[in-house]
Amino acid sequence: MFSLQGITSGIQSFLHARFSASGVLIFESLIVILLATTLFALLGLVLVWMERKVAAQMQIRLGPNRVGPMGIFQTSADTLKLILKEGLTPDGADKLLFNLAPFVVMVVAMLLLAPIAFAKGFQVWDINIGVLYITAVSSLSVIGILMAGWASNNKYSLLGAMRSGAQIVSYELSAGLSILTIVVLTGSLQLGDIINAQQNGWWLFKGHIPVIIAFVIFIIAATAETNRAPFDMAEAESELTAGFHTEYSGMKFALFFLAEYINIFIVCAIAATLFLGGWMPLHIGNWQGFNHLMDYIPSSIWFFAKTFALIFLIMWFRWTFPRLRVDQLLNLEWKYLLPISLFNLLLVTVIAILGWHF
Amino acid sequence: MFLKEYLSDIYHATKSLLTGMKRTGYYFVHPKEIITEQYPDNRETLKMADRFRGEVIMPHDANNEHACTGCTACELACPNATIKIITKFDVTPEGKKKKALDTFVYHLELCTMCNLCVEACPTDAIKMGQNFEHSVYDRSMLLKKLNKPGSKIREGVE
Repeated sequence: MFSLQGITSGIQSFLHARFSASGVLIFESLIVILLATTLFALLGLVLVWMERKVAAQMQIRLGPNRVGPMGIFQTSADTLKLILKEGLTPDGADKLLFNLAPFVVMVVAMLLLAPIAFAKGFQVWDINIGVLYITAVSSLSVIGILMAGWASNNKYSLLGAMRSGAQIVSYELSAGLSILTIVVLTGSLQLGDIINAQQNGWWLFKGHIPVIIAFVIFIIAATAETNRAPFDMAEAESELTAGFHTEYSGMKFALFFLAEYINIFIVCAIAATLFLGGWMPLHIGNWQGFNHLMDYIPSSIWFFAKTFALIFLIMWFRWTFPRLRVDQLLNLEWKYLLPISLFNLLLVTVIAILGWHF
Repeated sequence: MFLKEYLSDIYHATKSLLTGMKRTGYYFVHPKEIITEQYPDNRETLKMADRFRGEVIMPHDANNEHACTGCTACELACPNATIKIITKFDVTPEGKKKKALDTFVYHLELCTMCNLCVEACPTDAIKMGQNFEHSVYDRSMLLKKLNKPGSKIREGVE
């Protein structure tokens, strides 16, 4: 059966036979860098194309259909255009921060890739505080956005960046609290442990009502954290032209654009890991026959299928719901999501203590 | 009571959001609903909407006869001088002079497709055509004569 675990351990032993410990580390780091960059480029191309197709279908349109079959090369052509364009820096801008901001956003997205398990035994770094690491690092991306907004020397950009700040400060809370429900049920912050705990069923099914509430809240908060419609206050085309990246052009704009899609992938991957068992196939309790049948589908396919299903859900939100006003956005978080998730955390703690989950 | 209102708010909000998602989800799984026309490719089969207004045309029947009496109601109704009617006097067999249409001049470049001339016409001599491929290399080619050469007014139209 196809397994990425065999490949990784094969490379590990191959390198260990030839190099010293530090040499192995360097080579493995290089391989990881190569893989991460490739994944980013591929995801950018695939997700942008997917978004445009999904958007078109939902609005009774056709979407890209000229460059290649079904327009699959449209995003490559767009990327080529953006690479060839001049990356302009405005006169009044803070040159250093302006040019640094897109890279900060990208680096944050790359850092978040570390603890995600893409398949069984295919994980960059199974850190023992994985969930804490994710919540801590994911809120850093707002710094890049604030840098971009401030350095652009443009009122639209600054307003967009400030909105983004208010948004992330608010929605981090309920995202964190809904992640905590899974931590309470598993008793571990390590993503590997969380996945293994879903051996006999995903938390979404095992944890029933409170976990479903937490899942819904997490998806809402994740949509808000990635600055996507209906929470795209930071961009808000109709109000702030393009918000924090108004002044960006060429490849620097492309980096922001790419980072948005990478962030979607990452939050969906995290949601899939926590609530839908990551690479764990669909197992139902002790039905041995059914579980074995499901094991025949490779774990990487399970992971990507779940992640892309969630990405589709978030795209579905974007092309259905109207954008919220800033006050409605903060109302939703502080008056609804936060009290509900606090109550939900209490409920899940009671359930975990009394063992009322499956 | 506050809690009841709070929960019903959440319920109604969720319900209305799901209603919207049901609609877009329906469109997503029903590609036959797509209304996009792939224009240059489907030029042969392109069907314009009935109410589409592309240009003013004057229908002629098989005997090269039209229904225009040359009354200039359309010219008066036109808000931006798109139409100019040139009349002549026909001599009837009884020896009487009768006003008739000589040339119906239509400036397509000035027309806003407002349909006022068609509404003003007492004999339904003109109507809105469906053709929209009007681009030409010379502006003077947009000046059109709507009555065909040699055409005359249909019998019985007053």
